Amino acid sequence: MDFSFTEEQNLLRNSVQKFVQNDYGFEPRRAIIKSESGWKRDNWKKFAELGLLGAPFTEEQGGLGGGPIDTMIIMEEFGRGLVVEPYLGTVVLGGGFLRHGGSKAQQEKLIPEIIEGKRVLAFAFAEPQGRYNLADLTVTAKKSGAGYTLNGHKAVVIGAPWADTLIVTARTAGGQRDEKGVSVFVVDKKAKGVSCRDYPTVDGLRASEVTFENVALGADALVGQADDGLPLVERVVDEGIAALSAEAIGAMKVLNDATVEYCKTRKQFGVAIGKFQVLQHRMVDMFMNYEQSVSITYMVNLKLDENDTERKKAASAAKVQIGKAGRFIGQQAVQLHGGMGMTDELNIGHYFKRLTMIDTMFGNVDHHLKRYASLD
Amino acid sequence: MNIDFTQADEAFRAEVKDFINENFPPQVRGKSRNEYGGRDDFLAWHRVLYNKGWVAPSWPKEYGGTGWNSTQKYIFGEECAAADTPGTLPFGLAMVGPVIYTYGNAEQKKEYLPKILSGESWWCQGYSEPGSGSDLASLKTTAVREGDHYIVNGQKTWTTLAQYADWIFCLVRTDMKAKQQEGISFLLIDMKTPGVTVRPIITMDGAHEVNEVFLDNVKVPVKNLIGKENEGWTYAKFLLGHERAGIAGVARSKRGVERLKKIAAAEQDGGKSLLDGADFSRNIAELEIDLLALEFTELRTLARESKGGHGPEASILKIKGTDIQQRLTELTLEAIAYYGNPYRPFAHDKMTNEYVPGPDYSHGAGQNYFLTRRTTIYGGSSEIQRNIIAKMVLGL
Repeated sequence: MDFSFTEEQNLLRNSVQKFVQNDYGFEPRRAIIKSESGWKRDNWKKFAELGLLGAPFTEEQGGLGGGPIDTMIIMEEFGRGLVVEPYLGTVVLGGGFLRHGGSKAQQEKLIPEIIEGKRVLAFAFAEPQGRYNLADLTVTAKKSGAGYTLNGHKAVVIGAPWADTLIVTARTAGGQRDEKGVSVFVVDKKAKGVSCRDYPTVDGLRASEVTFENVALGADALVGQADDGLPLVERVVDEGIAALSAEAIGAMKVLNDATVEYCKTRKQFGVAIGKFQVLQHRMVDMFMNYEQSVSITYMVNLKLDENDTERKKAASAAKVQIGKAGRFIGQQAVQLHGGMGMTDELNIGHYFKRLTMIDTMFGNVDHHLKRYASLD
Repeated sequence: MNIDFTQADEAFRAEVKDFINENFPPQVRGKSRNEYGGRDDFLAWHRVLYNKGWVAPSWPKEYGGTGWNSTQKYIFGEECAAADTPGTLPFGLAMVGPVIYTYGNAEQKKEYLPKILSGESWWCQGYSEPGSGSDLASLKTTAVREGDHYIVNGQKTWTTLAQYADWIFCLVRTDMKAKQQEGISFLLIDMKTPGVTVRPIITMDGAHEVNEVFLDNVKVPVKNLIGKENEGWTYAKFLLGHERAGIAGVARSKRGVERLKKIAAAEQDGGKSLLDGADFSRNIAELEIDLLALEFTELRTLARESKGGHGPEASILKIKGTDIQQRLTELTLEAIAYYGNPYRPFAHDKMTNEYVPGPDYSHGAGQNYFLTRRTTIYGGSSEIQRNIIAKMVLGL
């Protein structure tokens, strides 16, 4: 048993850390999220130069041949900087679909462009009625000649305003919530019949409501197997959860460190407020929540390649722990900072907001408690 | 012991209900406070109540109160919440008004109280300072007497809606040598006085409600002092007691639970409504039961206060009331899932694209959750309230 990182992994962490320190301070980030586009393409180019966009792809594909631990390291450091650029959507999720389900042609066309930073992807899965059920789909792809015709509405597609390509889940057979009959497609955002209404999100990202109106898809748009795409979707989403967990522990660490520091320096009643036992215990609980979250993040990233049931249990366990801890740490960081914690000009609220939305993404605590219990 | 309403009470309830129905100002109907366009929207409901003589139910009748008993006040609060009327702002009516009629002189009562009632004067609260939050008595803003004036210097913060205010009531230090609590005075300052500067603070939800107020050589007439010099702490504590009593927000939270149930009934989860599922309805039930207990705790407190008792038990109302408000916003956010994430812009964002997706009830729910975190911080944090109970009630 060994929880240490390899030298390459330490170097990877250092390079991401350096980027966050030099290019992603609080004010530069604020400028990015308030800009017209809401992200910075120059940063994306830097990610390409640093090799981050190729981390999980094989060397034959032009990538670094990294595994889940490498992705974890990148996402954790991005979490510390609240990086908004769509690494999760493009590399982890988009890349995941291509790696696990993409045809040779799809891989050869799209993966090099991802690695070079020339193609950004977003994953369109949620629907207004679907809540967290990945199979609850009203978006349909009907067989039409050799290809398909896509219709329907996807909700809150994170990163869609920046994306060139959408990965879309759609129903190709069966009833609205059947596990069979789900298929996955690669859709060019510029294709006729695709329309996006863009808006900012509370955690500093951008998203779209995406509507498909008789979008013609070729047979080559299908990722993985027709009608049997749900296992692929679940696998990629579980990998997304593992990456989100890493992002979350990065954010939690910043909040905990900042809160301890604040309580050491903020004086009331003639002493640093960190001297009050009630606040000490609160910060100890924040610390324990963080440590438990780190543990479960390692766990899930180490189990991503196990059998389906083990992987699902690991992902749901992580999502529960991360959701609970993120809520506690976020709320208490604000509380202990007092009024200052409520302001937009301090970083605390920004981390709290991101942690809150990480809980929602791919199913909240309640959802994953149920999923975990159902897997026994 | 009974909790029955008399026939007269029921008649009163009907009267209130009718009045609200007939007089709800259309300009703010269906709007949350975040959507108000400005000062006029905030005052729309206030003016309706003022014209009816109902704007200050808690004031003594001689100063413009309604003369209602505690049951009537309770019914009025319930009906306002049930109809989702706007609230009246507390700074004049619930804060400085009671201080003025309790400790002010005849001239001050005549000068300020009618304008608080009519809404002509908008007040804000100058208590907290950057270095003095929970430890309010350590405040550093000074008022130095020069002839008929005080010269005030310092900075106040978290000043809610100061951007609209005509007046600020301030705690200032008038004796620098005395023990902390003994050198504080209660001073009324015209916001138009040279040297008063308001700077906005944007909160994490994107709203501009709070401000910093800078006081730089502000010349304030001595006649604006309430009560006696250096006895302001007594008045401040009296006011904090008032602030606590209203803060439980039971009637509004009850209305919030109803709204949450409607949202949960509209949200789909696996082909049925979220409300039909065991997990979420259990969460709502837990919250509702907690609220029910709080409602009766508040009624017991009111009953005790109507007999002249005013105890630190009121801290329970603040702690539990704000906890419930926070859980309500948390469960609302949970209920709407992904549509809690879109940002609902404010007027001051000056955004060209104001599109907000999702059902109407989801708009701003994420932001509301974030903003409501402040309730356990302002007006004496939950930690400070627990200290009060530990010390004053349990004698620890």
